[in-house]
Amino acid sequence: MRFIVRRLGFFVVTLWAAVTLNFLIPRLMPGNPAIAMMARYRGRISPQTLHALEVAFGVNSHQSLFRAYLAYLANIARGRFGTSLTFFPDTVTHQVLQALPWTLALVGLTTIFAFILGTLIGLLSAWRRGGMLDSVMPPIFVITSAFPYFWLALIAIWLFSIKLGWLPESGGYNITDTVGWSWGFVGDAVEHSILPALTILVTAIGAWILTMRNNMISVLSEDYVRMARAKGLKPWRVMWTYAGRNAILPNLTGFAMSLGFVVSGAILVEFVFNYPGVGWMFLQSVENQDYALMQGLFLMITVTVLLAILAADVATAMLDPRTRDVR
Amino acid sequence: MTEAPLTVPQLADAGTAPPGAPAGEAPPAARSRSGPAANVWRAIGHNRKALVGIAMLAFFAVVAAFPGQIAPDDPQAEIYQPGAGPSLHHLLGTTAYGQDIFSQLVWGTRLSFVIAFAVGGLATALAVLVGVSAAYLGGLGDGILSLITDVILVIPIFPLVIVIAAYQKNAGLLTLIIVLGALGWSYGARQLRSQTLSMRTRDFLMAARVRGERKLYIILFEILPTMTSLIVAAFLGGALYAVLTAAGLQFIGLGDPNSQSWGTMLYWAENNEALGAGMPLWAIAPGVCVALLGAAFALVNYAFDEISNPALRPVRRRKSVDVER
Repeated sequence: MRFIVRRLGFFVVTLWAAVTLNFLIPRLMPGNPAIAMMARYRGRISPQTLHALEVAFGVNSHQSLFRAYLAYLANIARGRFGTSLTFFPDTVTHQVLQALPWTLALVGLTTIFAFILGTLIGLLSAWRRGGMLDSVMPPIFVITSAFPYFWLALIAIWLFSIKLGWLPESGGYNITDTVGWSWGFVGDAVEHSILPALTILVTAIGAWILTMRNNMISVLSEDYVRMARAKGLKPWRVMWTYAGRNAILPNLTGFAMSLGFVVSGAILVEFVFNYPGVGWMFLQSVENQDYALMQGLFLMITVTVLLAILAADVATAMLDPRTRDVR
Repeated sequence: MTEAPLTVPQLADAGTAPPGAPAGEAPPAARSRSGPAANVWRAIGHNRKALVGIAMLAFFAVVAAFPGQIAPDDPQAEIYQPGAGPSLHHLLGTTAYGQDIFSQLVWGTRLSFVIAFAVGGLATALAVLVGVSAAYLGGLGDGILSLITDVILVIPIFPLVIVIAAYQKNAGLLTLIIVLGALGWSYGARQLRSQTLSMRTRDFLMAARVRGERKLYIILFEILPTMTSLIVAAFLGGALYAVLTAAGLQFIGLGDPNSQSWGTMLYWAENNEALGAGMPLWAIAPGVCVALLGAAFALVNYAFDEISNPALRPVRRRKSVDVER
């Protein structure tokens, strides 16, 4: 329980740091471009909205920095991220909530799948040390984990969409479809997600294979594994319940730490595929200089990553008794 | 070097240890008398992954140093037939603007290389500074520094860099290097901290303290040399992250669009739909270069893992496992 409380505290501190960065960045930059952006929209949006934007970005305000900061924190706490200018008069919150399911389905599921698959491959390759899997896999995945996600996405489009014509090259669904829970639409969405999902899978999986393999090698020389072998237990039992279980724990921590990296790559994958998720919308807002939407999305991405890390922490606490007693 | 029996402390992997757990003992290479640096170099010579990676880095270094000799064409000049395929005059064809893709590629090497080494160097310096001093300060100082390290570690860096870049349009190379360096040190700092913690009570450090050496001397001349491989790993990881992040930024148009780099090439290629318009090399070639440079850093990095942790080295015969049974 202590462990979870400590991790919750860390979650809150990190979230606070992200919100504070979000507040400070526009104010610290020389020649705040948000001013230029607002000048363009003057007259087109209501005075209240304009005023809210001015408060959010620290323009024309006679408030002290500290008071503005408190007001900002209060707004964020109540879920008010401001108004999107690209999708005016829609609020940022509504826009973000529209994009979120797409990203959770694509990036979330793919990441979990990559983690499970990578852990399994790493476990097997360490178990059969020097075997086929072990001599071929590590060098290949060292190299693929260094690939830029967006380049692999471009190659996938070129090969499978343009040259072979097997799969659609952009979007999350056919624009002729009506969005809803019909078989046709879901099937179409799945078809559109295959290429982006494969791209994320191929680049993300390498890191987990390698760390799992290294953990497993370390654990395999522990005394309790030797004892399990000496007792004459079946090899698969030694592999799963003795070595595997213990080797997974550090890999979960590694999962939490490399998540930010995967999300960064996924943003570019969504961009290349025009996939209607958070990453694509984030880059659109950058292009349109829609700063309120951009900053709301940045917070959203951070919160999602932090929640996933918290989930990994809870899983660690459940699997590892040491985190429950110690300290 | 004969394979020593694998003892548990040697196997503890600093890179994947759970938070708070002490990292592995110093690598055996660091313990011998002939100096850690010499041993590291010898180990590299015996590691095929390291050799391949270093050869690739050397190749890119030469290209980055002498682009004019390799590709005499002006990379920016829009003077050739646009959209031409590969030929003897244009090894990789031309862009939609009539520029030579091969010379763009060659000239672009320099910027990627500079960013990789500058960011890697800056991030490593910060990692050493924060990691070692956190471990050495202990108490509240350690608590604060570790918290900052962990926060930066989990905040998604790339979106944050994009937000900064969106406000700082067309910021110069120096800004890019400082921002990437200031955000990319946390992983290395964490590892260096746990390694330093595990060494604090070692005899040779006790001896140095008893001799009355100053703290700075102990840190610089007693602790740091034993962590050569971790420091190199921090540098390589930072360089890899810099190559990929900078290319990503340039690709989405947040770099300087007039600079000569691989990411900028990809940006223009994507804007002109090079893949669909029959100029696939325009998009593929710079991506291959980013991937190769990244792979070179990753290969050397992985080799360093194997060097500092002998258990990870590839087994030729399944000796180590069988003997122990």
